[in-house]
Amino acid sequence: MNAPITSRGTYAIIWLSLLVLLLATYIIARFDLGALNVIAALTIAVLKMLLVILFFMHVRHSTRLTWIFVAAGFIWLAIMIDLTVSDYTTRGKIHWTEVSNSEPVSDSGGVQK
Amino acid sequence: MPEVHHSALAEQFDDLPQQKEAATLGMWTFLATEVLFFGGLFLTYIIYRHTYSQAFAEASKHTIVLYGAINTAVLLTSSFSMALAVRAAQIGDTKSLVRNLLITIFFACCFLGIKGLEYHDDLQEHLWPGPHFNKGLPPQAQIFWFLYWAMTGLHALHVTVGLGLLSVITWMAAHGKFSAEYHNPVEISGLYWHFVDIVWIYLFPLLYLINRYS
Repeated sequence: MNAPITSRGTYAIIWLSLLVLLLATYIIARFDLGALNVIAALTIAVLKMLLVILFFMHVRHSTRLTWIFVAAGFIWLAIMIDLTVSDYTTRGKIHWTEVSNSEPVSDSGGVQK
Repeated sequence: MPEVHHSALAEQFDDLPQQKEAATLGMWTFLATEVLFFGGLFLTYIIYRHTYSQAFAEASKHTIVLYGAINTAVLLTSSFSMALAVRAAQIGDTKSLVRNLLITIFFACCFLGIKGLEYHDDLQEHLWPGPHFNKGLPPQAQIFWFLYWAMTGLHALHVTVGLGLLSVITWMAAHGKFSAEYHNPVEISGLYWHFVDIVWIYLFPLLYLINRYS
């Protein structure tokens, strides 16, 4: 049940991959790609996180029970973000009669007072 | 297994692997609460970025990308040395364990030092929300900068806690408290340290990169 010991070489490759991903995200951010900028930055962040979790944190060799514990935190985070965002992004678009005279929360203008 | 009577085995466990599994699960339970703790701030960021997208784009152009990028590299490297420290513990190489822990501590100090320089520059630019906030920015930009200080501040607090943790572990390692059979505290501290790294992996693009050209 003892986890196999990862070689130094493997850790070094993971470290170098992380630095390459950092360089990539840094360079990509210098170009205006519209919505793709956000997608690229977050995709790279997720990739970096997966490398750290699977290799540095040994989850790759962990028991299934550990996998469930690891996933639990992220699943609840996803639920929290998903439900809250779906609330905020649809306010002011769905006019229930009870709240029809309330101000919509979304004010994407930003600069005006 | 003959190691049932190992001195590090607490009496409630059958054997060392079971004890290690319990420690790992306990740490991941704590980390799940940390995910949701930082998650609340990330959620706040998402909502306000959506609500005041223009002000957020303006505000984020004032973060200093170079500091952020260097600090990301520093933290990633500290995670690498931490992984090597845990590996050294697994094979019972105390010398390498202490050396790699000291390297990790060194990079943690570098991170805090660079963050301090950056904070200094941010303050010079009047980016602290309040009555003296930078006049060139829309008022809603203060929400971005509030989140910047709150998130990076809490993260820096975690780095500081990690520094304390690593110092204790290094002291224990130097006094021969760990072996190939028993090194749970090293593993567990490693998990915490890598988690702090992961938080920064998200803070860097969200605070420094993605609004750059929107």
